[in-house]
Amino acid sequence: MRRGLALGALLLGAWWGVSALGLVPDFMLPSPAEVALAGWRNSAYLAQNAVVTGSEILLGLLGGTLLGAAAAVVIAASRALQRWLMPLLVVSQAVPVFALAPLMVLWLGFGLASKVALAVLVIFFPVTANFLDGLRRTEPGWLDLAATMGAKPWRVLLRVRLPAALPALASGVRVAAAVAPIGAVLGEWVGASSGLGYVMLNANARIETALMFAALVLLALMSVALYVAVDRGLRAALRWSPGG
Amino acid sequence: MTTPWPPKPDIVGPAPGIAITGATLTYDGAAVFAGVDLTLEAGRLSALLGPSGVGKTSLLRAIAGLETLEAGTVRASDGAPLAGRVAWMAQRDLLLPWADALSNVTLGARLRGEKPDAGRAEGLLARVGLAGKRRALPGTLSGGERQRVALARTLYEDKPVVLMDEPFSALDAITRARLQELAAEMLAGRTVLLITHDPWEACRIGEAVYVLSGRPATLGAPLVLDGAIPRAPDDEAALRAQGRLLARLEVGA
Repeated sequence: MRRGLALGALLLGAWWGVSALGLVPDFMLPSPAEVALAGWRNSAYLAQNAVVTGSEILLGLLGGTLLGAAAAVVIAASRALQRWLMPLLVVSQAVPVFALAPLMVLWLGFGLASKVALAVLVIFFPVTANFLDGLRRTEPGWLDLAATMGAKPWRVLLRVRLPAALPALASGVRVAAAVAPIGAVLGEWVGASSGLGYVMLNANARIETALMFAALVLLALMSVALYVAVDRGLRAALRWSPGG
Repeated sequence: MTTPWPPKPDIVGPAPGIAITGATLTYDGAAVFAGVDLTLEAGRLSALLGPSGVGKTSLLRAIAGLETLEAGTVRASDGAPLAGRVAWMAQRDLLLPWADALSNVTLGARLRGEKPDAGRAEGLLARVGLAGKRRALPGTLSGGERQRVALARTLYEDKPVVLMDEPFSALDAITRARLQELAAEMLAGRTVLLITHDPWEACRIGEAVYVLSGRPATLGAPLVLDGAIPRAPDDEAALRAQGRLLARLEVGA
């Protein structure tokens, strides 16, 4: 935490230095003071749009995690489904999300749904891949023990393999929390009437670079806060696991 | 006949003997053991010793139904199948790290979809000296305590046949001695196969001691030890038996 603050201060200092020396024109890189001022003047506008983007990110994270975890469980439970679903999953990642963004907006409209859908698309694969990896790597001794106890396969999945894979799922959710804002903002760039991505695009078009930076800084702070909250929550929930 | 502890009305029936005949296992094209015959007497604790890599664990896993032998049969003396009548305890405790001691003890019931008997599980934990630790997660327990929970879990299964694969080998001498005594008392009346690399352990709690050695490995005639188990640390017959056993192990090595 302290190191994070120190790093932030260092970056801020460098930014200040570059803009104070006049090496870069103001419309390309406004000083931190100008950005702070733009943020202050537009605080209500920014807050209102941050709520929109924040909801998109949280809903996307929730939906992507649930969908990704469910896909992993289904694949782990059935070899037949695995043969059908795995190629589909890989193909879904081979198509760039950037290319899908206009399609999502076309299909789901300019509102919340298309952004949440894009966030889900970005998120579910790391969740599925990590969780599935965990589900496949159950300690063989536990499986042997369960076998001598006369357990049904689905009970072994529920009571042994699933909990054992939770730390792996947590790794996937951490990655998801870090990339969720990408999906949401991408959707806003392609077509939206609100959200921080929309604010940035608008400010950029009007060369209000300071406002654009203010929105960017706010988005970065939100993303970091989300990551830290998810990381802390997962650590607390998985205290039994040495890696958290 | 000795009464198995704890007494339970629905015990799975008297402990059967187990006959392994013509057991064969190859590894990388070479025979690990071939045509091994081993008879575990009903209600007795048989110990199996031998150098590493000789196939002791494979033999035990075959009885547990975890591995299939390339040739040979494993049969219970009463003719009924062994499946569902065996409890297995490995060298590693295999406790689930997210479940507390009590839930680990009742794991078998939960995996079979039965209602866990918390009272009996608590009784077993108290018996192994962990009455105050039933809510403790395995990560907070010492190696000896974890192995005690594993022993309680094995006993909770309440199976007439118990297979133990070097269950105490990772423990310090004092803890090991205590757990040997505890296991011997609590497993009385069951058919037990205990794999160990410790001749003294075999002589303290074994009633028949087998040595598997050579390549391919063969099984010598058992060393039969009389008297109740666990034997005292200064039991002269046990000490003499250990001497004979060490001599056998040296010949086999």
